[in-house]
Amino acid sequence: MTSALGKDLLGIEPLSADQIRLILDTAEPFKEISERTIKKVPALRGSTIVNLFFEPSTRTRVSFEFAEKRLSADTVNVAASGSSVSKGETLVDTARNLEAMRIDMVVIRHGASGAAQFLAERIESNVINAGDGTHEHPTQGLLDLLTLRDRFGRLDGLRVCIVGDVLHSRVARSNIWGLQKMGADVAVCGPRSLLPNAVGEFGVTVFDRVEAAIEWAQALNVLRLQLERMTAGYIPSLREYNRVFGITRERLAQADHELLILHPGPMNRGVEIDSDVADGPCSVILDQVTNGVAVRMAVLYLLAGGKPELAEAAKLAPGGDR
Amino acid sequence: MMRPVVLRGGRIIDPSQGLDCVGDVVLIDGKIEHAGAAVGSPDGAEIVECGGSIVSPGFIDVHCHLREPGREDVETIATGARAAAAGGFTAVCAMPNTDPVTDNQAAVGFIVRQGLVAQAARVYPIGAISLRQRGEALAEVGEMVAAGAVAISDDGKPVASAHLMRTALEYARTFGIPVVDHCEEPTLAAAGAMNEGVVSARLGLRGIPSEAEEIMVIRDILLSRRTGGHVHLAHMSTRGSVELIRWGKERGIAVTAEVCPHHLSLTEDAVEGYATNAKMNPPLRTGEDVRALGEALRDGTIDVVATDHAPHHYDEKEREFADAPNGIVGLETALAVVVTTMVVPGHLDYATLIDRMSVAPARIFHLPGGSLARGRPGDVTVFDPSREWVVDPSQFRSKGRNTPYAGRRLRGRAVCTVVGGRVVHHIGA
Repeated sequence: MTSALGKDLLGIEPLSADQIRLILDTAEPFKEISERTIKKVPALRGSTIVNLFFEPSTRTRVSFEFAEKRLSADTVNVAASGSSVSKGETLVDTARNLEAMRIDMVVIRHGASGAAQFLAERIESNVINAGDGTHEHPTQGLLDLLTLRDRFGRLDGLRVCIVGDVLHSRVARSNIWGLQKMGADVAVCGPRSLLPNAVGEFGVTVFDRVEAAIEWAQALNVLRLQLERMTAGYIPSLREYNRVFGITRERLAQADHELLILHPGPMNRGVEIDSDVADGPCSVILDQVTNGVAVRMAVLYLLAGGKPELAEAAKLAPGGDR
Repeated sequence: MMRPVVLRGGRIIDPSQGLDCVGDVVLIDGKIEHAGAAVGSPDGAEIVECGGSIVSPGFIDVHCHLREPGREDVETIATGARAAAAGGFTAVCAMPNTDPVTDNQAAVGFIVRQGLVAQAARVYPIGAISLRQRGEALAEVGEMVAAGAVAISDDGKPVASAHLMRTALEYARTFGIPVVDHCEEPTLAAAGAMNEGVVSARLGLRGIPSEAEEIMVIRDILLSRRTGGHVHLAHMSTRGSVELIRWGKERGIAVTAEVCPHHLSLTEDAVEGYATNAKMNPPLRTGEDVRALGEALRDGTIDVVATDHAPHHYDEKEREFADAPNGIVGLETALAVVVTTMVVPGHLDYATLIDRMSVAPARIFHLPGGSLARGRPGDVTVFDPSREWVVDPSQFRSKGRNTPYAGRRLRGRAVCTVVGGRVVHHIGA
């Protein structure tokens, strides 16, 4: 059965604007399910889903697991330790073994760019990319789009700046492609050592100074800065990073307008973002987490062949059992 | 007494003596007896009809990896030498990054022996520059040359130390052999998986900038100027490298260079979809680089075509892109890729192709062959320039199947390869 999204969700780059709109629209009715006492519908009853996580992750894995359980799917979590290069089973063997157990979907998080596509090309089950190396993290990008659309009522013409380590960020790539496809104006801001050398060919505006980005943008998506970037010599210190690029209340106060603040988490408070911003009135960081479950339910539902127009009906059906 | 061989009625092109005519090549006792107008056949000769084909001095590949000793599961000297013959090569130079490394006279002697046993293309060993290719102490170059090494190289690994490179260039002068360098500035290229550019940025793969190659190209050229040693730059991949080599040659510096068929025909776009058979080092670059390399091959700035034939096991390529090994096989597709991408569109004529694949490699590496002049070794390649074929890796003589050209329709194919007056490869019309 071919879904409106095709077999897999590997990234936002291959999606059309219509497909993105479909996912966001489908997520709307699923939001309400999470507000119920009995948070469950039978849409995926009988489906078996494996959450295959080669990298440690709490937030994304839990979000997917809730999304799956609220759709009544049967789920198994596999935490494969170590990287693919460590001795042991190869990714292709892991995939074939899962396939042999007759599963319906795999949610994969992996440290290598392209790992989700690699898996998708070798098994018949639906594959959802939950983050592959520094390539894409499509459900994060989609939940960011949903959060922005909730607040602004539109994405077309919206000015969004992604701040921080774009070079190593799969969240940044998924956001750039998603926002551009939906008609937003996208900018990036960060030390040049943490921007791709070819960022100019991404069709984004580049701000060297965060003050200029704040002046321009209606929303900032603040990326997590990994401590390893400092030890690998990309930046001199986390302290200086905060002083030059940190999103602080003082900097935001310089703008003549309010900015919406997003962050994919987990946050380094006092490095890329100050606590009074993260916890302040313009922050939608927790809305992102809430929307994450709804977006993932929408993706699971659509990939399973669910009809968009039935999503409304699905939520009215009696709660599923286990 | 060997049976004489007559290659009859082909178009003979031998740039070493400005020959381009239809006629016969006669081989007696392993040597060229005649190349030119049609002549009568000696008694009992083996006749190979070459009408419609080009008869050329045998192709020589100055850069391949035959994996023996160490990885006989992916290639042996015998399978590699047969793959070479099938691709029209009468001789290949085997890189020393074997296991153990070919860094001493015994190891060199082993490769010579295995090459003789193979009875296919000739195999010339290249010795390591440094012991175990560690980039520290110089290997015993003199003894390796005495045992049959035709050049030295730490290929597969860059020579990071400028001092070692300088010393190698000086020391190799004594023995009249080139020092072959794999130009890669290791800190810039660290953990890189493909060309640095918009494709790597989109795919989220660590990039290798062109400058990682070019910095070492100019370093080597300057050290060659300082020492007078002959540096041969392996597998050039960037437009900038071409400009630097041109700069060096204009000043009379002893620099030569090679380009691989894949760098003449493919760009970084081939990596799309995380295609591990498009992963090699140096990586596939941009269209601008491809054009500059083609022009440099035509005008002689780049002297030779070399394959960098690098077989890998299927399992090793069947994995995440960043973890897959670098390299592709090339011996059996090189001629066709060059014909299809360079000659057919009119960028190169056959005489120049033969110069870059036979005459120039022999001259630069001081090898026998590279000419059909009377008395030279009977190493001859006969290829049909218009024969079309579809690349099917399962038909390779090489054990390696890792090629980005699988399924591609190419033009030009070696139909007969003669080594030392003996036909080692022949396919019917």
